[in-house]
Amino acid sequence: MHVSIQQINKSFGPVRANQDITIAFAAGQIHGILGENGAGKSTLMKLLSGVYKPDSGQMFINDHAVTLGTPRHAVQIGIGMVGQDPLDVPVFNVLENIACGLQMPNDADIRQQITHWSTTLGFPLSPDQRMRDLTVGQRQQVEIVRLLIAGSDVVILDEPTTGITAAQVDALFAALKAIVATGKTVLFVTHKLDEIVALCDTVTILRAGQLVGTQLAMPVSKETMLIAMFGEFFTHAQLSAKPIPTDAPRWKLHDTQLHDATFVLGPLNLSLPKGMIIGLAGLEGSGQRLFMHHLAGITDPDRGQIDFNGTPITRANPTVAWLPADRLHEGIIGAMSLREHVLLMRDSLLAPLQTAYEKSTQLIADYAIKATPDMPLQQLSGGNQQRAMLALIPESAQGILLEHPTRGLDAVSAMTIWHRLQVRRDNGATVLFFSADLSEVMQYSDAILVFFGGQVSRLLARDTLSEEALAALIGGVGFAEVTA
Amino acid sequence: MKTKFVALRTPVIAMGVGIAITAVLLLLAGADVLAAFGVLLSGALTSPSRISDMLMLLSPLLLCAVGLTTSFAAGQYNLGIEGQMTVGGVAAMWFLRGYHDGSPVVLFWIGAVLCGMLMGAVWAMLVAVLKRYMHVSEIFAGLGFNFMALGLALYLVFGPWKRPGVASMSGTEPLADVLWLPTITGTRLTLVTPVLAIVMLAVVWRLIRHTHWGLQVRACGLSALASVRMGVPATRRTFEAMALCGACAGMAGALQIIGVYHSLVPNVASGIGLMGLLVALLVRADVRWVAFVALFFAVITSGSIQLPLALSIDSSISGVLQGLIVLAIIVARARRGEESA
Amino acid sequence: MNWTQLLTDIAAIIAVSAPLIIATMGIYLSERAGVINLSVDGSMLLAGMTGFAVAYTTNNLILGFVAAALVGGFIAALIAYLGVRLRISQTAIGFVLALLCTDLSSFLGNPYVQQTGPAVPAWPIPGLTSIPVLGQLFFRHDAVIYLSLILVPLLAWWIMRTRSGLIVRGLGERPDALFARGIDVIRWRYLMVIVGGVLIGLAGAAYTLDLKQGWTYRHMAGTGWIALAIVIFGAWRPWRILLGCYFFAALQTMASRLQDNAWQIPTQVLQVAPFVVMILVLAVVNSLGAPELQRWINRLPMPLRRVIRFLTSPAPAALGKPFIQQ
Repeated sequence: MHVSIQQINKSFGPVRANQDITIAFAAGQIHGILGENGAGKSTLMKLLSGVYKPDSGQMFINDHAVTLGTPRHAVQIGIGMVGQDPLDVPVFNVLENIACGLQMPNDADIRQQITHWSTTLGFPLSPDQRMRDLTVGQRQQVEIVRLLIAGSDVVILDEPTTGITAAQVDALFAALKAIVATGKTVLFVTHKLDEIVALCDTVTILRAGQLVGTQLAMPVSKETMLIAMFGEFFTHAQLSAKPIPTDAPRWKLHDTQLHDATFVLGPLNLSLPKGMIIGLAGLEGSGQRLFMHHLAGITDPDRGQIDFNGTPITRANPTVAWLPADRLHEGIIGAMSLREHVLLMRDSLLAPLQTAYEKSTQLIADYAIKATPDMPLQQLSGGNQQRAMLALIPESAQGILLEHPTRGLDAVSAMTIWHRLQVRRDNGATVLFFSADLSEVMQYSDAILVFFGGQVSRLLARDTLSEEALAALIGGVGFAEVTA
Repeated sequence: MKTKFVALRTPVIAMGVGIAITAVLLLLAGADVLAAFGVLLSGALTSPSRISDMLMLLSPLLLCAVGLTTSFAAGQYNLGIEGQMTVGGVAAMWFLRGYHDGSPVVLFWIGAVLCGMLMGAVWAMLVAVLKRYMHVSEIFAGLGFNFMALGLALYLVFGPWKRPGVASMSGTEPLADVLWLPTITGTRLTLVTPVLAIVMLAVVWRLIRHTHWGLQVRACGLSALASVRMGVPATRRTFEAMALCGACAGMAGALQIIGVYHSLVPNVASGIGLMGLLVALLVRADVRWVAFVALFFAVITSGSIQLPLALSIDSSISGVLQGLIVLAIIVARARRGEESA
Repeated sequence: MNWTQLLTDIAAIIAVSAPLIIATMGIYLSERAGVINLSVDGSMLLAGMTGFAVAYTTNNLILGFVAAALVGGFIAALIAYLGVRLRISQTAIGFVLALLCTDLSSFLGNPYVQQTGPAVPAWPIPGLTSIPVLGQLFFRHDAVIYLSLILVPLLAWWIMRTRSGLIVRGLGERPDALFARGIDVIRWRYLMVIVGGVLIGLAGAAYTLDLKQGWTYRHMAGTGWIALAIVIFGAWRPWRILLGCYFFAALQTMASRLQDNAWQIPTQVLQVAPFVVMILVLAVVNSLGAPELQRWINRLPMPLRRVIRFLTSPAPAALGKPFIQQ
């Protein structure tokens, strides 16, 4: 089956997630879709699998125009997707999970099909295992088998290697090659260059919702792909970065190992000095968020210890501020105003509420927030919410952790935010941040930590790094030389 | 100015819809619709004794609704309010049973009310603990504790505290006359309950709207995650809000015993707590409207008592009207995107 | 207590549980599909009253049951529209509807209070009644009780063994996964909530036309809340829910039998005992299922984990959560 899309556009509010995308996917090949976080890969795949409707544009199957509106259409046409978090039902067993929604009435037939595909693809699956007892890798295998039994001709995999073992990655790659050998098409979405090199027949690269490389036949050099992914690096005159001091650190990690459901980071031995802005660089999902949650004291490390100002970090330390990326869910209380937030963080329970009017007005002026003190924060634009969250960091904060500090913000807002963070840094606070925008990391960090393959580099002074060197490190080239 | 106008309009339309459906139901029942609404709205206000009966309903209703605005502010559906009211009554009765001739009556009244508040708070805390640490939904925990409170009251009424000789649903041995709260001559109304209800309204209003404690409680109700991030002890605030609600309900229960029933009856709560929940669902955490809505509900509920005599209509139409108005306003809010699951 | 007495008691328990079983199965269906119908108590009263009124007026039992089913289905459709389509808090609307329908049943049912109307006739099944023990236990009842007896195995088979039952279970667990498989989640949820509402309506009529023949104010008020609690107690599994219904009825029967007991515990107190047990069970079971303990439980050997999982059997994961179609 031959799938092509023409002039596809999709916007979410002001964000243009996909702009004028035109691609034709040849059958019997593995097509890589490459791009950084927020480049629009997932949106494009959701359009193909009918989860989203395009604002404009057309899709063709074997040169016939088709309209997708719901997953039902996609299933009928024969397009199926395996998500990052496989969409299965945890309480079902493998058989039930595959049978649910399938137009094949007889369980025995399905069992036979499961056995057939498991053997063909080399997946050790048993129809009677519970989904919740399986690893992410196994669940992914079940999803692939399900799609094949349902008769999909196009199989989309969204970041399939996140959180699965090396052996499972090998099994997956072999299986995908076996699948395309039968004439089916595989679309492989990833941000990992090595996988594109190892697996794909062609690569399509997206940046900021636009195509920057279409159906390039492999091999393509990693450098070419990195430059396409991140664009021209910021080459303007840079603010002078501070040298790395060696006195008593803010954070100190002793032999610390961290993990979440799918990822292990460490063991780490690091000292993060006072009065610096430290950028966490690395491809998305390399453990930056996990690292930050541990520094904030939200999660305890598996092993080892994290000190802050010489004592072990505790939950809700008032001198550490963590600003999550999901602002309206974890960061601020949308129905409350800036003034109420100012008051919320004070500790004088039964005392009558002061107006806090001067303080709020002051913050609004200092951080250039477009709001009145009594406007609920959910009515503010994203940039103003972000500045409000920043304004609410107490003066006493000595450690500031930010996830995507300027995501979705215009240039002026971003500059205001960085100016305020530099003031905090100059007053002695240590600021850590990660961002999908590599030029932002290069421009504002005094020092950089690179995350790759479950490890973290030693603290690298920004001045010692060129853009090319950083890009190479992010891709793993020469990473071993900078680990502590 | 325009936003204010729009904000006002939708609840008004919603109320209109509720009233219209009630009118249709009245027509179906073959009643004179205008006369029926006349009785509903003014039936409670036509004589001093009727006004006093209305105030006797309004006072405990106000106490419950005030308490519930606190638990709603903390994001909790305290369906256990009826049970909290019942154990408040039980605790008050327990305290008053220690009275001997010549003891200081006022101290016993104060003690009984405090006991009721304490017991109500404990009963509410049990629900909060079950929810926070054992993951039992507060709705079913609350309902379960309602039945348990009823069981406790029934046990006492039919068991240890039964009237000598005959045990019956009508209650325990009445309190000594001196322990009855004094009433206004010619009515059964005691001034203590309405005054206390208004005091509690003022106190809770001040706590919720004008103290840091109240701000933190509201923050926990809106987003526990963000509150914790900003250093608010969310679990503690939620517990305190539930306890305050239980204390209000317990006070209402205690006052029903001392001021109205003068003995422990099994059905201390008699649906007042549930009506309080309707009031609280309407006003949500906005204490300012509690008094108006509670007054409106008390007026039509008391007024409806005249319906069977005056127009041969069943009095439960008042409950229907209340339910329809609350439902219509919840739907109206949802259509404007204010409320979701 | 002798043997015949015991048989009579068990047969009585089976008989009095019938409406409760029908109601719990209705709740089971709608909660399996992920929607809480908290209005059960009011729904049953309104449907039961309507069923009685229709049967009384037309002197036709079937019409009475049909009317009750329609009322239950209508209220459920309202909940589906507000909760599933408009995504309003299912708790809020369910609670308000429970109170509203209770008062509505009192208002509309006023003319029928204490009237004598038609009642479901006894219908011993010829031939089967003479089987020793079983005949007395199961085959000397009426149509409503037989319905309650076949409903549980029927639903258990449908939900646990068929392909469409698989979809229903999926709806309550992970609607996104079903949506991705091309299933119309909203339409299925509507359907299941309404079918559940029909059963709840029939349960109401089972009280007014059979078990508690006739109509009075708040005739069987409280039963709906009990039914909701029994479904949780039964961990959303049909056979365990059935057990819960019989257990509850048995405790109540014992309560009335212990009228002149030696312990001097009043009957009314024993009648709340099931609730105490239920809260305790919920607390233990839900604590075991708590995320904090999962890490610890995961370290146990597999057979022990299986036992704990059977005991805990958590609520359908998507219960009460609105499904947002992207």
